[in-house]
Amino acid sequence: MTVTDALGHFGPYGGRFVPEALTAALDQLDAAFRAAIVDESFRAELAGLEHDYTGRPNPLTLARRFGAECGGATVYLKREDLNHTGSHKINNVLGQALLTKRMGKTRVIAETGAGQHGVATATAAALMGLECTVYMGEADTKRQALNVARMRLLGAEVVPVTIGSRTLKDAINEAMRDWVSSVEHTHYCLGTVTGPAPFPEMVRYFHSVIGREAREQILAAEDRLPDAVAACVGGGSNAMGLFSGFINDESVQLRGYEAGGQGVETGKHAARFAQGSPGVLHGARTYVMQDEWGQTIESHSISAGLDYPGVGPEHAWLHDIGRAVYEAVTDTEAMDAFAVLCRTEGIIPAIETAHGLAGAMRLGKQMGPGGLIIVNLSGRGDKDVATAARWFGMDLGAGVEVSEGR
Amino acid sequence: MTRHASLAAAFAHAKSENRAALIGYLPAGFPTAADSVRIINQMVASGCDIIEVGLPYSDPLMDGPAIQEAVDIALRAGTTPETVLEVVEQVAAAGATAVVMSYWNPIERYGVDRFATRLASAGGLGVITPDLTPEEAGDWIVATDAHGIERIFLVAPSSTDARIAKVIESTSGFVYAASTMGVTGARTTLGSAAGELVARTRPATDLPICVGVGVSTGEQAATVASYADGVIVGSAFVKRVLDAATIDDACIAIDALTRELAEGVRS
Repeated sequence: MTVTDALGHFGPYGGRFVPEALTAALDQLDAAFRAAIVDESFRAELAGLEHDYTGRPNPLTLARRFGAECGGATVYLKREDLNHTGSHKINNVLGQALLTKRMGKTRVIAETGAGQHGVATATAAALMGLECTVYMGEADTKRQALNVARMRLLGAEVVPVTIGSRTLKDAINEAMRDWVSSVEHTHYCLGTVTGPAPFPEMVRYFHSVIGREAREQILAAEDRLPDAVAACVGGGSNAMGLFSGFINDESVQLRGYEAGGQGVETGKHAARFAQGSPGVLHGARTYVMQDEWGQTIESHSISAGLDYPGVGPEHAWLHDIGRAVYEAVTDTEAMDAFAVLCRTEGIIPAIETAHGLAGAMRLGKQMGPGGLIIVNLSGRGDKDVATAARWFGMDLGAGVEVSEGR
Repeated sequence: MTRHASLAAAFAHAKSENRAALIGYLPAGFPTAADSVRIINQMVASGCDIIEVGLPYSDPLMDGPAIQEAVDIALRAGTTPETVLEVVEQVAAAGATAVVMSYWNPIERYGVDRFATRLASAGGLGVITPDLTPEEAGDWIVATDAHGIERIFLVAPSSTDARIAKVIESTSGFVYAASTMGVTGARTTLGSAAGELVARTRPATDLPICVGVGVSTGEQAATVASYADGVIVGSAFVKRVLDAATIDDACIAIDALTRELAEGVRS
């Protein structure tokens, strides 16, 4: 694991850039988190929920037919899509919801892009009897309408954010504004490995179960470590969860795939490492898509969950020291990989996840048949059916609302 | 009104009149660069002691709807940090005692030392940094010390006494006390948090303590002035401009509000 200093830095990245009003809450959260993870009863409660509620451990599936499309490499899928709520997001949310109760708070708020984190937060809130408000960019509420309905069914209030680019970035701004005003009784259940300390380290901790399981499972199945582990990177929580299990295994390449949108050269993308630069966004120093004056540039991606101009600070650090390698995957490459996985393995992935799958196809072709790759299948694609149908020009038949996709 | 050579002189002047200072905020470039200069000059002429020139930023997460809208207008008008420095230079030349209020990323991007240098030569006296805390301010402290720029950090009702002491160690010019837990914007009632915060901050410093966030009327200004050294008003000025049909109307409304607030800090 990358070790942070007392102020939550990963090298020069991370830290805390927040209004002073939030300092006390972040200190309280930090203390609660550190006390909890050495408290056997907390660990047992979380492990129990992961097993009995989320359905962990989830399988590591050998994807034979998909592997044939990846240059013949041996490819395993870490099946976070099989978790309750359909993505990795539940891992983090259960941990933070337990912390919320430990801190005596009664309400959680969250931002969401694709809606998976919002659904997971609404789920945990329902399970633990917490009030829940989810901020979601208006543009995302339209392209992820299914998840909006799920959150509302689960009893959460969904607030469409109509300022700025109306996507994930603006949802985080609104959630922060809510939190400054409500911090006494509200916990901000941040959905990824960015934001002010201790969020990046804490969210990684709650997702580290992905990498821990995957490492055990691959050793059991193949009796060796993989050559590479691959994942899509928006904020980067599913990637950090997987990477954390292998970061000390120097022979294992860590590969992150960010959204290349319509192509990095078009400017319509979310490729922070390809075209961003170090800056401060949403409480952390990290790579940011920004103009020459430090104004955030709006990102673009077919995937709502990767459509974000910042990235987790630990990824920034792993990038700089060369421990992890990040590449951009365009909308087209991702949707091609989406189609391949559907038809070779009978698994419909989330469009976010499809970026990681496209990366594995690229990587497998470089490695050839001897290669051994784990891809994090971070989420299932039910929420993306309308977007995918539109992309592929499919007729879904009467009664299916395709127009809500982009 | 003439420009004070330092923030200390501006507060001393107010104190000599046995009153709190009135501090007014407006984003540079709102609604245009030239109009923001004109409005700020009006604020000074009508009784603001100190001006906070806002540096428009794309993600103002401590600001409520009025300032978000103003900043958005300023950014769409092409406002950059260079514009902000030009506005500071012009209003300072016209007699404003001016500081800048900026989120951190634009300053970091501009170059921390370069920003402090340029601000000093433009006649700006200090910078309020709402999302920078002393822990992350190493380079900023060096640069501001080198160029004689005051560093204004914030304390909040949730700050512990130990935390207040820590923030003040790195603060100069004045202490910005956020009156309530929340984003900027007018409030009908201010509650008791601001008074309690000032009382907790007072023993830790000899610096002037100014209260901001939520003050919009002469009556509120009078209340805050009874326990603080300065009263900071932002969204109320911004709203006057947003609601005005023309720049002339805006200046008339700004004149009336400034006079009301100036009377408040004197009552």
